[in-house]
Amino acid sequence: MNRNQCIQTFISKAEAVSAGVITVPHVQQALEHVVTLCTDKEACRLLASGCEHPLSQEPADLCRLKEWSKIIAAPDLAAGDLETLTNLCRPLGIRLIEKGLHSHLGGLDIGLTWARYGIAENGTLVLDSSREDIRLAGMISEIHTVLIGASSIAATADDLLEPLTRLFADGPNYTAFITGASRTADIERVLALGVHGPLELHICIVQDC
Amino acid sequence: MQYANSLHEYRKELKQALAHEFQRKALENFTSSYRKSRDGYFADCSLEEIIQDIGLAKDSSLKQFEALYQRFKAKAEAMGVQVHLARNDREANEIISEIAAENQCRRVVKTKSMTAEEVKLSDFLQEKGLEVTECDLGEWIIQLREEVPSHMVLPAIHVSKEEVGKLFSTVTGHTQSTDIQSLVKVARRELRQKFIEADMGISGSNFVIAETGTLGMVTNEGNLRLATTLPRVHVALVGVDKLVPTLKEALPILKGLPRNATGQSISSYVTWITGANDCLAAPEGKKIMHVVFLDNGRLALARDPVFSQALRCVRCGACANVCPVYRLVGGHVYGHVYIGPIGLILTYFFHGREKDKFLAQNCLNCQACKAVCVAGIDLPRLIKEIQAVIQADEPRPALNTGLATVLTRRKLFHSLLWSGKYLQKPIQGRSKYLRHLPQFLLGDQDFKALPALAGKPFRDRWEDLKPRVTRPRYRIAIFSGCLQDFVYPEHLEQFVRLMAGRDIAVEFPKDQGCCGLPVLMLGEKEAARQIARHNLRALDPSQYDAIITLCASCGSHLKENYPYIIGRRQGVGVKVRQFADKIMDVSSFLRNVAQLESNLFAASGPRTAYHAPCHLCRGLQVKDAPRELLTLAGLEYVPNPDEETCCGLGGTYSMKFPELSASIVQDKLERIEALDVAYLVTDCPGCVMQLKGTVETEQRRLTVLHMVEALARQLKT
Repeated sequence: MNRNQCIQTFISKAEAVSAGVITVPHVQQALEHVVTLCTDKEACRLLASGCEHPLSQEPADLCRLKEWSKIIAAPDLAAGDLETLTNLCRPLGIRLIEKGLHSHLGGLDIGLTWARYGIAENGTLVLDSSREDIRLAGMISEIHTVLIGASSIAATADDLLEPLTRLFADGPNYTAFITGASRTADIERVLALGVHGPLELHICIVQDC
Repeated sequence: MQYANSLHEYRKELKQALAHEFQRKALENFTSSYRKSRDGYFADCSLEEIIQDIGLAKDSSLKQFEALYQRFKAKAEAMGVQVHLARNDREANEIISEIAAENQCRRVVKTKSMTAEEVKLSDFLQEKGLEVTECDLGEWIIQLREEVPSHMVLPAIHVSKEEVGKLFSTVTGHTQSTDIQSLVKVARRELRQKFIEADMGISGSNFVIAETGTLGMVTNEGNLRLATTLPRVHVALVGVDKLVPTLKEALPILKGLPRNATGQSISSYVTWITGANDCLAAPEGKKIMHVVFLDNGRLALARDPVFSQALRCVRCGACANVCPVYRLVGGHVYGHVYIGPIGLILTYFFHGREKDKFLAQNCLNCQACKAVCVAGIDLPRLIKEIQAVIQADEPRPALNTGLATVLTRRKLFHSLLWSGKYLQKPIQGRSKYLRHLPQFLLGDQDFKALPALAGKPFRDRWEDLKPRVTRPRYRIAIFSGCLQDFVYPEHLEQFVRLMAGRDIAVEFPKDQGCCGLPVLMLGEKEAARQIARHNLRALDPSQYDAIITLCASCGSHLKENYPYIIGRRQGVGVKVRQFADKIMDVSSFLRNVAQLESNLFAASGPRTAYHAPCHLCRGLQVKDAPRELLTLAGLEYVPNPDEETCCGLGGTYSMKFPELSASIVQDKLERIEALDVAYLVTDCPGCVMQLKGTVETEQRRLTVLHMVEALARQLKT
């Protein structure tokens, strides 16, 4: 597969598992997209994640921890990009955090992270999430948005054998292959997205990375 | 779970499972959609390559376990992980409970792990006063119901949304709907709290990489990610069979497991944990991490020449998905902890002989599981071997002694059959069935009418039928098998009729006897060997171009099992190989060698369904020839997705488990009748007996025919 075929395969495979995929020229546009996603998100999308249901006391209290303002967690951005994102969020009243995700276990609106690699044959993102904040951004957010450089997409998992082995050998390490949103079919084999992890997965392929 | 103390009790449990309407419907839907889509799951890759790679990786890794374990241990310890090796279930439970005590853990979240089920870890920890919450949705549901999983991938497939709704109403103290999407969200919120409170997360692992000290886990819900991230302690309990040298050996498992389990090319999450990572909840900001390897007999099993391949299992559950028995009764009665066909084998090793005693007998030997195993395990053969091992400890059943004695003495057997046709007169009446069998003899077999012995067996008709060919271009021998020789000689007659004028010399060597499959099915290996050697003498392969059988079961036994059971004997190996190479089923012969022409047959004919005998489509791997023959003979062939599902006979199986045999064949006929066909054609007299006998009892409007009968009916002259 040449690079272009890799990207096309990656997009179609990721979309097939209900991930949203866009391609942008630079990181700047990706950050703008994230902010739009956050703005368009319903005021309390937690609705979809269980808060409106009659719960027992403690889990219900968890919902109350949720603050009124929307939150984007971006633990993985370079200083310059973080500044850009801050400037985009501030006028819209979106709160941006880069660490301390552990105090938001009730849920976040958007978690924004970088993927180190992509695997075209499955539409898979490979995230080095050894830092706990990066890990949490992809677990407790309702929408997980992942940036990936167009040049980081490999054709198959076999092509990543060496770099992944190096990454693991240099541990401790916590790497995640992520393909679509969290899912279950445990009740009557009916597919439900968003069980314990994100309800939605969005991917921004950044062309100049 | 197995509780039965007798076969009778076990059969009672099976009957109850058959009556569980919701489960039957759920399994019916699931297994038929699985069968329909499964081949497509591997459309983008080479299944053969995956099977081979998984087999190689697993076999070679277990052989070098000690070295790999030391390598893993050194690497993991260097990154702050403590590594343990538990010799058995008790030891594993104690190690983990001590880890909990050492770290003052009170609350545990546990992810799905068959290994933890195997050692009953949750029960042990709860007895020690820990609160254990299963955090996989299906596992949580069955934990709340105080049950065990009924499927390795879909643990709560037997539970309806109404039952889940009720269960969640109790848990939350509020009335819940039965809307599945809402129920999932309720579980999300309820369990999120459990993750936050937990001090310890327990997981299994699908593959452990020695080179880098890495655990790999395949999941969909995301619960494992939270369970290995939020609590300060992480314990992974893994079977020693999960250890592989490098990432390279893990990747084929990652390709095969999710595809074969759920049809996903990869699961939503694959988590790779190497060493003790950041953990803000832990005192020093580093996860307290332990890996507990479980032996529990695996290392000894790995050295067993026959059973070691059971350790290749990747726990995808596919063998259950295609098993006609599982489909009817579900995993609670069709397994102990490990369910389905692989469970029939593993139960003996991990949970003991008593738990497997009746369970292991519950196999049709239809080979459907073997055909879908992504690790290339010969499940039906291992199940047979387990049955023999269990039986060796028991007093030999009278049926075994009787059959072994009679079938190894060809002349005695045939003279018994010969007198049988007179003895049956009073119960036969004027029909072709045994009408008046007393109830105490028939028992639960009354779902099908049993055929009477033919007035004159094929061997006594042969001299009159034998075609005279002066210059044969091809020379064949018929291997008749007992059923067609003594019950359905008309099948063989029609075959001979089809041979007319084709310059093919046909012979029927009369010293041939039973093929020996029935005694092998009963675990009587020595008798099976004696019979095989007898037939090898009776039909010398060098005399014929091919040996034709109209019975798929005999054919598959002669071709596949003979070399396996007697091939190792000095001087016999070559002969039996030559013999096996000349065995051919009748459809392949008529289509590919005799090359019947379509102008022999009428241009049109009735709508016809086909039933593919297990021993033909999976045993002999013959798929196209019979279907092509139907069309060639002018019949209107109507395909159906159920064609390759067993008819439920399974040799002596239908005598042991008549309720299941009956349900399988009744379900099958129900679906076939819905196709509005006149004929149901198959290639095996055993299937004919099962299908035709049941059609007769239930008065269905279907004519069951052997292939040669169907072809003969279509002949112009």
